[in-house]
Amino acid sequence: MINLEIPKKFKGIVNSAQQAAENVFRPISRKYDLAEHEYPKELDVFAAAMDGMNAGDRANAAGAGKLSQAASGAGDGVRNGSNLQSVLGLEALCWGDVGLALSLPRNGLGNAAIAAVANEAQLARFDGQWAAMAITEPGCGSDSAAIQTTARQDGDHYVLNGEKIYVTSGERADLVVVWASLDRKLGRAAIKSFVVEWGTPGMELVRLDHKLGIRASDTAHIVLSDCRVPAENLLGSPDIDTQKGFGGVMQTFDNTRPVVAAMALGVARAALERSRELLDLPGDYDTPRWAQSAAAAELLALEADWEAARLLTLHAAWMADNSQPNSKEASMAKAKAGRMANAVTLRCVELAGSTGYGEDELLEKWARDSKILDIFEGTQQIQQLVVARRVLDLSSSELK
Amino acid sequence: MPKPDPQGAALNVLTRLAGSSTVQRLGLDKVLERTVFHGARAGFKAGSVARKRFKPLIQLGKPARLPASAASAGLFDVTLSDEQAMFKDAIDRLVDEQLAGAAAAADVAQATPPEVLQQVHDLGITTMAVPEAAGGAASERSPVTHAVIAEALGRADLGLALAALSPLGVANALTRWGTADQQATYLPLLAGDTWLPASTALSEAGPRFDPFNLACTAEPHRNGYSLSGTKTLVPLAQDAALYLVAAQVPDLGPRLFLVERESNGITPRPQPAMGLRAAGLGQLQFADLLLPEHALLGGPDGDYDHQAFVALSRIGMAAATVGQCQAVLDYVTPYVKDRKAFGEPIAHRQSVAFMVANIAIELQGLRLMTWRAASRAEQGLPCARAASLAALQAADKGMEIGTNGVQLLGGHGFVKEHPVERWYRNLRGAAIATGPMV
Repeated sequence: MINLEIPKKFKGIVNSAQQAAENVFRPISRKYDLAEHEYPKELDVFAAAMDGMNAGDRANAAGAGKLSQAASGAGDGVRNGSNLQSVLGLEALCWGDVGLALSLPRNGLGNAAIAAVANEAQLARFDGQWAAMAITEPGCGSDSAAIQTTARQDGDHYVLNGEKIYVTSGERADLVVVWASLDRKLGRAAIKSFVVEWGTPGMELVRLDHKLGIRASDTAHIVLSDCRVPAENLLGSPDIDTQKGFGGVMQTFDNTRPVVAAMALGVARAALERSRELLDLPGDYDTPRWAQSAAAAELLALEADWEAARLLTLHAAWMADNSQPNSKEASMAKAKAGRMANAVTLRCVELAGSTGYGEDELLEKWARDSKILDIFEGTQQIQQLVVARRVLDLSSSELK
Repeated sequence: MPKPDPQGAALNVLTRLAGSSTVQRLGLDKVLERTVFHGARAGFKAGSVARKRFKPLIQLGKPARLPASAASAGLFDVTLSDEQAMFKDAIDRLVDEQLAGAAAAADVAQATPPEVLQQVHDLGITTMAVPEAAGGAASERSPVTHAVIAEALGRADLGLALAALSPLGVANALTRWGTADQQATYLPLLAGDTWLPASTALSEAGPRFDPFNLACTAEPHRNGYSLSGTKTLVPLAQDAALYLVAAQVPDLGPRLFLVERESNGITPRPQPAMGLRAAGLGQLQFADLLLPEHALLGGPDGDYDHQAFVALSRIGMAAATVGQCQAVLDYVTPYVKDRKAFGEPIAHRQSVAFMVANIAIELQGLRLMTWRAASRAEQGLPCARAASLAALQAADKGMEIGTNGVQLLGGHGFVKEHPVERWYRNLRGAAIATGPMV
């Protein structure tokens, strides 16, 4: 039956995340926005506490590390599982601070990739480690099939060569999941992901970037020069299946795009709530908007857009929990939430005037942080491309 | 169109429902029995409907109310129930086979033919909403089912959907707040075999209309009320036998009145508008119209909740709007794949394809918002906020989808050979007209 309310069993974990956002993230939010690249040491204590809480209940742990598609035929009836829970948890954490949520030890996007495609042995070997994700290169972003980084097999090792940029938590993580091609002539089917441990000779940090927002999160530029990685660090199948194409590596995104959408929901909710306080407009849901003030009407429209993004996100996560293919819905959620959060946070700065623009409030920070959410994990335009191809039933050669 | 034989019409519906894949999957279950067979058994005939003088038809000791439903397992779930899937399936077929084709003519005629509305009624939509004690087949509130029905009908034409659902809205208000006598008088007819046109009159003239601050007034007068004011954009205005009129009552605030067309000698005025013309919109003018005390829905001491009425009406409009937007998406999708420019289908251009993607995205977001609001109402949770946000989104995104539907067809979208210009006109009305209470 149709029920779009949050089930009781998640109330506890959502409340924990919201409490952490309020009492751990918010007090240090401005500090690490100003002190870019400084490690937020307060998070170590928090992450340890979180690991402790999660240890007793692995199936219900918060964070992006545990995402995977439920196995098909896993019992009868509707499931509300790890995808829905992660989305709810991240939304609450990002209400506190997006940059700090991205810096949570052992909850990187690499962890999501490992959870999605690793075999049992790999899951055991990489358990408890922090994994970053390295896809983008200086010459390619959205067109991830065009990556230049290569992996050449040499005995029971692969030798990696290339350059990776915009690696979130790239310096702080223990592991970096690197996308590389086994054979550049064979296109996207030859692209595989490799887990590279920091300390492996040949992987070097070039620098950390200075950014518009999410400054609490480190963004690394990494170079791989004849970096030798054990063959068992390859995630998924080593075979190059030109029929199957890109599916293997791309399926990670079906799970992670709703999570990034949830991050957008969190920062947008923060801006909406603070604006309602500053403008002293708690929200009148009875009087038609044009019988209210312009600012009140604008806040209602922003909130409606937020609600649309929220439900699209929950829906996409729910589909993953229930073994329903959700590529289209995951991209719908990411497209909507990304543009919504950017528009909402920017409008809230404007509505709050000089109070919103100044650093005494966090509104201006949220408006800077939100921009990345419409870019990483697939830009707005990439999401629209995914949705358009599915809705129109067109191939990538027809709709380029 | 020749008037269909009632027995033939019932057989036709039975065949239509029996052929539906959902029914085949479930077997001809209780749901079907409760709709078609119950409707046939109850057998209340409205007769010459618009000229109807009403009297109690059954004995009701106390008002027949429907309880809110408990969420099954409390889990987040986006799955239609079997009954909802069956309704959707049956209406989808009726829309594809008949209603979509009838909509253009109804737009021109400024009314949907009664035979067409009777066909929709034959599916048992209102029967399924009215409590068993009052001649229907319902055992609990079902705003989600009504939202699903409104969405399915909206796919034909938003105006046609408003006409078809108008009596359902009146029946829902009577079920929720009516006195035993009011229910006994009207509900058996609304739930019966024959389509009984009834309509809600909430909107008023002038910009910035506020349903919580009405210009139409009902002053206490002797043993009743004196009604004055003007109501606008009333669906089925010309045909309705019964109006549910919202008016400001001193000390009580906004209330609803059951106003019988015939016994009050009401002469509605047609009010053609930009769109929603298939709804047969009209204006009602009251100048010191004397109403009996029992015309006040629920009586002076009843538990009428105007906030809930407005919220549930907003959900009804948002749901029908979702259907109209789905029609736009369904129409432009094959069009842009078929239409060629510069040597290839225009769908192969991102500027075109992304517009279609955005229609799909905003449509799905709006659908989920509408379902959430309806589901909160069904579970007895506060729903004013969810309903208000869904209505706002329907106003904004519905119009965006409407205008892009025309844009994607270019000049062809601007002419009446294609339905998108009609849907564009309809979708502007989604922000303005009153929807049926779910």
